[in-house]
Amino acid sequence: MATLNIEIDGRTLQVESGDTIMDAANQAGITIPHFCYHKKLSIAANCRMCLVQVEKAPKPLPACATPVTDGMKVYTRSEYAINAQKSVMEFLLINHPLDCPICDQGGECTLQDLAVGYGGSSSRYQEIKRVVREKNLGPLIATDMTRCIHCSRCVRFGQEIAGVMELGMPGRGEHTEVMPFLESQVASELSGNVIDLCPVGALTSKPFRYTARSWELSRRPSISPHDSLGSNLEVHVKDNKVMRVLPRENEDVNECWLADRDRFSYEGLNTAERLTQPMVKHNGQWVETTWQAALEFVADKLKTIPAEQIGALSTPYRPAEELFLLQKLMRGMGCGNVDHRLRQSDFSLDDKAHGGFWLGMPVTYMSRLNRMLVVGSNLRKDHPLMAHRIRESVRWYGELNLINAHEDEFLGKVHAKRIVAPSRLATALAGVCRALAELKNLPVPELAAHGVADDTARKMAESLSGGETRAVFLGNMAQHHPSYSQIHALAQEVARLAGASFGVLGEAANSVGAVAVGAIPGCGALGQPAVKGLNAQQMLAQPLRAYLLLSVEAELDTHDPVAAMASINAAEFVVMMSPYKGKSLDYADVLLPIAPWTETSGTFINTEGRVQSFNAVVKPLGETRPAWKVLRVLGNLLGLTGFEHNDSKEVLRDALGDTPLGSVQAFLDNEVSGVRVEPPSSGEGLERVAEVPIYQTDAVVRRSPSLQMTLDASLPVARMNSRLIAKLGLQENGRVSVRQTASALTLKVQRDDFLPDNCVRVPSGHPLTAGLGPMFGPITAEPV
Amino acid sequence: MSLLKPTHQVCSWTQALDNPASLATYVANGGYQALRRVVTEQVTGDAIIAELKTSALRGRGGAGFPTGLKWSFMPRAFPGDKYIVCNSDEGEPGTFKDRDILRHNPHQLIEGMAIAGYVLGARVGYNYIHGEIFDCYEIFERALQEAREAGYLGDKLFGTDFNFQLHAHHGYGAYICGEETALLESIEGKKGQPRFKPPFPASFGLYGKPTTINNTETLASVPWIVQHGGQAFLELGKPNNGGPKLFSVSGHVNKPGNYEVPLGTPFAELLEMAGGVRNGHKLKAVIPGGSSAPVLPADVMMDCTMDFDSIAKAGSMLGSGAVIVMDETVCMVRALERLSYFYFEESCGQCTPCREGTGWMYRVIHRIEHGQGRPEDMELLNSVAGRIGGHTICALGDAAAMPVQSFLKHFGREFEHHIEHKRCMV
Amino acid sequence: MANSDRDSLRLSQESLAAIDAEVAKYPADQKQSAVMGALRIAQAEKGWLKPELIEYVAEYLDMPAIAAYEVATFYNMYDTKPVGRHKITLCTNLPCALMGANEIAEHLKQRLGIGFGETTEDGRYTLKEGECMGACGDAPMCLHNNHKMHTHLTPEKVDELLDKLK
Ligand SMILES: Cc1cc2nc3c(=O)[nH]c(=O)nc-3n(C[C@H](O)[C@H](O)[C@H](O)COP(=O)(O)O)c2cc1C
Ligand code: SF4
Ligand code: FES
Repeated sequence: MATLNIEIDGRTLQVESGDTIMDAANQAGITIPHFCYHKKLSIAANCRMCLVQVEKAPKPLPACATPVTDGMKVYTRSEYAINAQKSVMEFLLINHPLDCPICDQGGECTLQDLAVGYGGSSSRYQEIKRVVREKNLGPLIATDMTRCIHCSRCVRFGQEIAGVMELGMPGRGEHTEVMPFLESQVASELSGNVIDLCPVGALTSKPFRYTARSWELSRRPSISPHDSLGSNLEVHVKDNKVMRVLPRENEDVNECWLADRDRFSYEGLNTAERLTQPMVKHNGQWVETTWQAALEFVADKLKTIPAEQIGALSTPYRPAEELFLLQKLMRGMGCGNVDHRLRQSDFSLDDKAHGGFWLGMPVTYMSRLNRMLVVGSNLRKDHPLMAHRIRESVRWYGELNLINAHEDEFLGKVHAKRIVAPSRLATALAGVCRALAELKNLPVPELAAHGVADDTARKMAESLSGGETRAVFLGNMAQHHPSYSQIHALAQEVARLAGASFGVLGEAANSVGAVAVGAIPGCGALGQPAVKGLNAQQMLAQPLRAYLLLSVEAELDTHDPVAAMASINAAEFVVMMSPYKGKSLDYADVLLPIAPWTETSGTFINTEGRVQSFNAVVKPLGETRPAWKVLRVLGNLLGLTGFEHNDSKEVLRDALGDTPLGSVQAFLDNEVSGVRVEPPSSGEGLERVAEVPIYQTDAVVRRSPSLQMTLDASLPVARMNSRLIAKLGLQENGRVSVRQTASALTLKVQRDDFLPDNCVRVPSGHPLTAGLGPMFGPITAEPV
Repeated sequence: MSLLKPTHQVCSWTQALDNPASLATYVANGGYQALRRVVTEQVTGDAIIAELKTSALRGRGGAGFPTGLKWSFMPRAFPGDKYIVCNSDEGEPGTFKDRDILRHNPHQLIEGMAIAGYVLGARVGYNYIHGEIFDCYEIFERALQEAREAGYLGDKLFGTDFNFQLHAHHGYGAYICGEETALLESIEGKKGQPRFKPPFPASFGLYGKPTTINNTETLASVPWIVQHGGQAFLELGKPNNGGPKLFSVSGHVNKPGNYEVPLGTPFAELLEMAGGVRNGHKLKAVIPGGSSAPVLPADVMMDCTMDFDSIAKAGSMLGSGAVIVMDETVCMVRALERLSYFYFEESCGQCTPCREGTGWMYRVIHRIEHGQGRPEDMELLNSVAGRIGGHTICALGDAAAMPVQSFLKHFGREFEHHIEHKRCMV
Repeated sequence: MANSDRDSLRLSQESLAAIDAEVAKYPADQKQSAVMGALRIAQAEKGWLKPELIEYVAEYLDMPAIAAYEVATFYNMYDTKPVGRHKITLCTNLPCALMGANEIAEHLKQRLGIGFGETTEDGRYTLKEGECMGACGDAPMCLHNNHKMHTHLTPEKVDELLDKLK
């Protein structure tokens, strides 16, 4: 790229050829007013606000769309330029309502800001103002379409970033209106970003509507507690209450975007279900008590139970400090029964791994991959913004290959896909492995012995041997799979043969962090030798005498909720640390109110090993306490050593040393060895395909009313292909009785012809399906 | 009249023949000879472009851009797909010349596009046909079929390696699709919204590929120029304004219609050919180049010759050659009201000044016409028009502004009268 | 969309063949280019473009429904609201107005008892105001059901035409 010399407002600059005047001005810190331009979207040049004077040009030119040329002289503030900008502003305002005092965008409205500088004092427009009919975009986005200035950012966002064109601009001229097709609600999991993109108050946050004025809010940085990307957040607080959440720009993580889950889950923070006082069950009755009394009660009780009869379980959505102290507490008592992998079912890699599993590359690399293979992932819903990065790779002519048990829209071009029953996932991968070996004239690895190199496998193999940047990723479903170890080993082999990077898409906000701080039975923090113990499945398969639960809602958070609940119900003593009461009122003996992420400091380590600490943004509600403090005091009460931390930073240092980032990076390793691959069993019956719906992943999300009203939160149905519907004598949209181990459940039948044969897809993690059983394995279905 | 014989009729000569649109008629009169020669003798693209430059053929779509120069911008040797696109989306009020080419002489256009494809390295072409002339679309589709069957379109033309496919794309009612980049968007199956330039179609056109777009009459002139040479074409017109041109004369004349006359013909002569002003009325005003061109009062117009330079000197544009004649009975406020309504209705809506400003101007003029004008309205209109012009993505913004400014300039008195007396002067 | 709805929207074999012929004009990965033709063909068969029909066409061409809807609402000649059996679109733009289009408009309105943009109660006629149709030399003129042009109109010719249209 050649460097050009240009001059803007008298300042000489050196810029790259190909840059626009807007790019150049941005580099020089010169602001040019604009509406339609957005650095992440294609150039539309339709608002005309950025008109500037360019020497020798016969008319003002839009800075956002005009490429620089050598020797160009630009004036952004000359009378000529200002006149052009004022002209545009006058036009923008003629049909814009003057309702700033009641507009949610007030105080952060680009139009309002610029109108102050460029608008006239009174309008010369005396005709009737345009009124535009409201559109219903669903529970998350409120509209005031009369305020729309037609910048088309929201439409371009759908086409270019979300990957789905849900909003369009039907009509022509003055009659053009932003709308979805047929009043359908916007279903993208990234939809909330249009709220930020809209430069006026046409699209605003529905949950936030009329609750606060922007200038009343204090803005505090934080980190998202949901998916494993660790999106950077700005939490807006008023009167010690979280009012809304916006993205905090970080080009290396979430860019300027936020998934709806990260944006709207805050609504689940202050529900009536919050537990605000320690409670102890006395003779079947809950009584509120003091922290002192509650913790002493817990400590006394635990002392009476042999340590190996205690199981400590946490979700992977808790900060690293808490996970660290939980395992330290258990190991201090002499037992390694601690785990956070509640949805995992194959733990046989625990003694075959050499470190923590991770993405295998920085997140940013995901936007520029040439060849990709993603195995067992509900990519869009599990990792909304990583799916966006992969779509970006695809737009840059990357080839995406998928092996999965269902075919949910990825919203981008897929090069090759193989949709198979879960029990065939490993075999499908073995096929690609064999095809790659054959393609490269290498010996077929023993692991892939039973793989078949058919056309699809060869197509994937060919794809994976091309390009320059390649990656193989394992998704959540692969990790939950009963043959995870085999899938992991095969994927590793495929990556090795392809010369690709190999990564595990972390399931949750702290999946990497939990392993790094030793909240697993095999080893302590950073892989140090430690007292071993039972894994999550072992702890829940047979009842232990006591359970310490860190925000675990076992009926929803586990691989096999039926088995888990049986064990927990049978336990003699259950301590629940959680921000919520929930179902634990039925089965716990002590309830300890701990802080959700907004009320405590802590650290999440994202899937690329990025260590991101955050502070509390509001004070704890009622008697709520940060969990690290609770665990520390419990350690003291149990007489354990090493529980002297004064703040969460000390806990983190205790866990990961003085340079957490360095130690975590050194600890991460996806390599496994010594896995044997079994040929697939020739299963006859029906198989369950289960995923955790996007808005059921964790306790906070489950309690966010608006997210629960979205299409993604619809009631679970039983999906199967038409062949199976016919074979079972069912009716589309009729009812079916499904059963795994225990009780039967009646669900609506939904046809999904993209599902493999003999598969019944019923989501897990949902209260309605909690009674069903494990996420994988045999299932029966019959007419009601 | 035959193609082989130079005549001042380049595009309209078939009209006098039986079955003018048929392949047989065209071929019997020397049609497709130019294409055959160019392809079989492998005439170089450079040579043809040189002839076009000599011919001083200027685009007949409105802007009058030199065609030879436009073709030279195309990265002809660039590997990969390239396209030639014909603009038959004639929708400029007053213009109806391309319709006659499509229905009376479609093969000359097909031949012109094939030669363009050969020169520009395009293997596929599209002709975008205005929505409301469906019968012409059907005639053109039939002509395409004839040409394919006769081996003038398709693979390995005349036994050479040259392949050229040509298709018709039917518009469906949007004036803006006459703007060349809106037209490309429309072919891509989108709303017809103009693109910002640069990049120009020659580098980023249809489907993002290098594309050349010309008007129907422009492309239909190409076989003639190839056949008779650029110099002969130039001599039919005047320097810098080569060839004859189709003028669509409409409005208050006795014989409205298309007249193909040499560029440089005095307006008075053209008016006479069209039968003069109807019913012996007096000429009041003329819009010489389609509704987007500034209006000229009768006296100015009577001194003009019909060519790009003369009309430009008089303060208007030759545009597409649509001559709208208005006699003394016309109320200029009402006339402008209708034109303003047109631009308001046809604005694609993406640029702020055009989307908002065209409606504003129309509403003010509507008000004046309906006796609710205010003293400050004329200044307001001039100012709004000035704030649209030059501030938009495409020239529709300017096209909407120019009638307003020119009507006010030349017929301001009528507007004043309307505002003051709440009624019409005529 | 439920299957039964889809059946009622199904286009005739001829229409589908015509759409396929449109698709064939464009590069294989540019099916969307055929949307204008496909909507025209669908409208010609079904009378007007109800949203479900637009959705059907969009699915047929593998494009977002909203993008097809954008097209259907951008171009004048598509009808996204029901129209009468005979849609008369009269050009009233300046060249036509100079030749008496406004008088023809008055005549039409009187005869049919409706204004522009309206449909007669019996569902027989819809009257629309049109923009320049590129035939100003033959003014005044109108378009019948988008595809048939009638030129050099006089009140008598209008009556004759209306009587012919059942
Ligand atoms: C609003 C607008 C409408 C236009 N309509 C037409 C048209 O109907 N036919 C046409 O040939 N060119 C039209 N043009 C001009 C085209 O953009 C383009 O310049 C022309 O097709 C180029 O062909 P030429 O070089 O052969 O003239 C229009 C331009 C604008 C801005
Ligand atoms: S000037 Fe008008 S018609 Fe042209 S692109 Fe802008 S809004 Fe569309
Ligand atoms: S920011 Fe440049 S035109 Fe809108």
